[in-house]
Amino acid sequence: MDRKEWPLWEVFIRSRNGLDHKHCGSVHAPDAGMALQSARDVYTRRQEGVSIWVVRADQIHASDPDAKPEMFDPAEDKIYRHPTFYKLPDEVDHM
Amino acid sequence: MTYTAHLEYVLRLGDSALILGQRLSEWCGHAPVLEEELALANVALDLIGQSRLLLTHAGRLEAARRDEDQLAFLRPDHQYRNLTLVELPNGDFGRTVLRNFLFTAFQRPVWEALVSSCDTELAAIAEKSLKETRYHLRHSAEWVVRLGDGTDESHARMQSALDYLWPYTTEFFTEDAVDDQVAAAALGVAWPELQPAWEASVHPVLTEAALAIPARTAFRSRGKAGGHSEHLGHLLAEMQHLQRACPGAQW
Repeated sequence: MDRKEWPLWEVFIRSRNGLDHKHCGSVHAPDAGMALQSARDVYTRRQEGVSIWVVRADQIHASDPDAKPEMFDPAEDKIYRHPTFYKLPDEVDHM
Repeated sequence: MTYTAHLEYVLRLGDSALILGQRLSEWCGHAPVLEEELALANVALDLIGQSRLLLTHAGRLEAARRDEDQLAFLRPDHQYRNLTLVELPNGDFGRTVLRNFLFTAFQRPVWEALVSSCDTELAAIAEKSLKETRYHLRHSAEWVVRLGDGTDESHARMQSALDYLWPYTTEFFTEDAVDDQVAAAALGVAWPELQPAWEASVHPVLTEAALAIPARTAFRSRGKAGGHSEHLGHLLAEMQHLQRACPGAQW
């Protein structure tokens, strides 16, 4: 028999005091509406959030873990990309 | 035992919430998917929470002043005042969510009306419960539409569930003296008055779910007057077993 599984949805919750939605887990659901309800029932039972996003997992494009060296390591020695690298004149300090 | 109309009215609400909460708890460990396992348990716990408040309130209205546990665990079935619909066996998942839908679509206008009850305790319980009920209604309606208008198999099961449950919804709106007295005292709304609001929320969902609404028949269940089906006794036997075996046990 062909078992049609529900698609996987990644769940993002914004907490009461938070400004951004944070990834907190995933649910299986037949569509976006049910995914939101399931996310509510599974991940906000203890007042964890005030807003929910769900995104179909197969719609997320992820970077290749094997490409980590060329993707991220080159930034390692570019300390001048951090604002703290620059010494500000006293007059404009505490920016 | 004779109850005052006020007490009877509160017991009808509290007992209906308790018995459906107990029924839904039977799904623990048996739901089709984890997500619905949690959803059904959440609804069950909301209902049991409502019943605790209502039964505590009911206890203060009666001469014997029993507490919530005594009312829940020490009354025989003929003293229960829940609607017969909520004591029926769960059946499959489709029938379970359809029953939740039919019942919570009734609870909603009840709470909406009771928010302005002159019984301030009851009004406060209604205000708290209304938010929970709105979510229960939304959740169950989503399932009714998806299963009713789903596959041939799911549609056939939902139609058969509707044919089975529908006759028991007549009881929501049958007139009786309790309703009349409570409404006259501005303590609560008479349930027959809620039929238009209930139909206005139920019929569109059933239509969207491609389900045929059965015709009304002369069948009348009478759980709210204490006349129950054979199913309630079995449910209570399990629910009350511990307090019957070890009276007053606490843990």
